[in-house]
Amino acid sequence: MKTVRCSILGFGAIGQGVAEVLLMKKEYLESIGLEVLVVAVVDSKGATVNPEGVDLADCLARKRTGGTVAIDKLTGVEVIRSVDHELVIETTPTNIVTGGAGLQNMIAAFETGKDVITSNKGPLTLKYRELMEAAKAAGSNFRFEATVGGSMPIINLANEVLAGNKLRSIKGILNGTCNYILTRMLEERASYKDILAESMELGIAETDPTYDVEGIDTACKLVILANSIFGLDATYRDVEVTGITKITPEALEMAYERGHVIKLIGEVSRERIHVAPRLVPINHPLAVKGTLNVASIDTELAGEITVTGKGAGPIETASAVLSDLVAIYGNR
Amino acid sequence: MRVSMDIELKDVPGQMLLALQPLSEFKANLITVLHHHQKRTPRKTVPVQLVLEIKPENIGAIKAKLEENGIKVVRVGEHRFRESINVVLIGHVVHTGIQDTIDEIDKTGFAEVVDISLSMPGINLLSSALIRIDAVGKEDLQKALDILKKVSVKKDLLMVLPIDIHA
Ligand SMILES: NC(=O)c1ccc[n+]([C@@H]2O[C@H](COP(=O)([O-])OP(=O)(O)OC[C@H]3O[C@@H](n4cnc5c(N)ncnc54)[C@H](OP(=O)(O)O)[C@@H]3O)[C@@H](O)[C@H]2O)c1
Repeated sequence: MKTVRCSILGFGAIGQGVAEVLLMKKEYLESIGLEVLVVAVVDSKGATVNPEGVDLADCLARKRTGGTVAIDKLTGVEVIRSVDHELVIETTPTNIVTGGAGLQNMIAAFETGKDVITSNKGPLTLKYRELMEAAKAAGSNFRFEATVGGSMPIINLANEVLAGNKLRSIKGILNGTCNYILTRMLEERASYKDILAESMELGIAETDPTYDVEGIDTACKLVILANSIFGLDATYRDVEVTGITKITPEALEMAYERGHVIKLIGEVSRERIHVAPRLVPINHPLAVKGTLNVASIDTELAGEITVTGKGAGPIETASAVLSDLVAIYGNR
Repeated sequence: MRVSMDIELKDVPGQMLLALQPLSEFKANLITVLHHHQKRTPRKTVPVQLVLEIKPENIGAIKAKLEENGIKVVRVGEHRFRESINVVLIGHVVHTGIQDTIDEIDKTGFAEVVDISLSMPGINLLSSALIRIDAVGKEDLQKALDILKKVSVKKDLLMVLPIDIHA
């Protein structure tokens, strides 16, 4: 049995989802020869640390009743520097302006030779090349399947499963909130404003939905795809972005009468990175409904490969984190 | 029937008149003339593209008459719209003079706005339009979209293009 000691930095929806999945998958992981020992859990107020492994069920219970796991007043960076472990699971909030705590955590992890698995887009959209170089210099693994499309496999699919194919472009719906809003506006013939309000009530849209509806979140995900799959050195500034705030129910209805839906489509190729609402034929593989995400990869040998799945949700996103974990430590 | 005709004029004054005279003689309805002033063929002639509405039985006579006038007829073909797309425009579509835009596209002769649906839900609300454009070839379609794009930027309209168009 191989023991992987890890920290979970950020214990919100996704951090807790990862904890639950690690509990659920304990036996499976053991069956492939892995014992995953969480030695620290950190939220914004502090940390629970135990070099022998924290009690995850207890952490979840304390977080849910008391609002925090903080016992020691330690930050993520302090945990990385002071507690022995191999893997940092980084799930703090996305910050695309400064990179936030996530960027500091990742830098510290590589400086101390640790592997990183993350769901946090911010640092990757801002400092992709620097982070990759730091990981390489340290000999660290750095995986981030969960940053694009949540549960939907895309980065590992393109880079590993489709290895050897030259990829021409990836097109898809990478933001579940926008897809939900456009789907419901058509179904209800309701205004953008009304459906946005409904989405907020249901917790599908955040209290500040700007990043989602203006296409910024999609743009950030495209930047990650551009860099990790197409080998570009792009940042957010290289993306042409138009969001969905101007879409009207009448436009959706007229388009539907001619056999089309309107979707916020992100598109990346070596030549161009682009986000805009587009007309998509009703029977097109990208015309998925609700909060679903979808992506079509145009490949040289295999033709078009399309994947769809849940772009958000704690357990769904933790599934992508788990697959990264198994990819690094399984069968080795 | 609608016909497109590629002809070549000598680079001397009065040639255009020689080209147009046989057309009116046979009551051809001239839809567009694309005069490539800047271009020259290797024969030093000026290429001109015509789109005409004519009776099919007159094609041969017109061609002969043109050549009699010293004008080279390079190609005559049925002018058929093979490409067709839908485009959505959102914004103050009507105020911004949608008719001008349509006219500008139609004027090209190689693309045409064939259908337009318009919805104006209220004074302070955004209007939406769905227009269908037919064009002779992919290039012509792209030209029509470029016109539309220029107008959209100038008049702050959101233009929603089909997913398979290179936007
Ligand atoms: N939600 C999804 O479905 C989804 C899907 C894919 C990717 N993601 C990405 O995954 C990441 C986490 O998302 P989430 O939904 O779990 O967010 P969240 O619920 O807001 O959780 C963020 C967590 O990070 C903690 N935190 C904030 N600042 C910190 C700091 N300086 N040091 C340590 N911890 C800190 C917060 O602490 P407190 O609990 O004390 O506030 C909270 O536990 C984000 O980057 C997000 O973009 C989310």
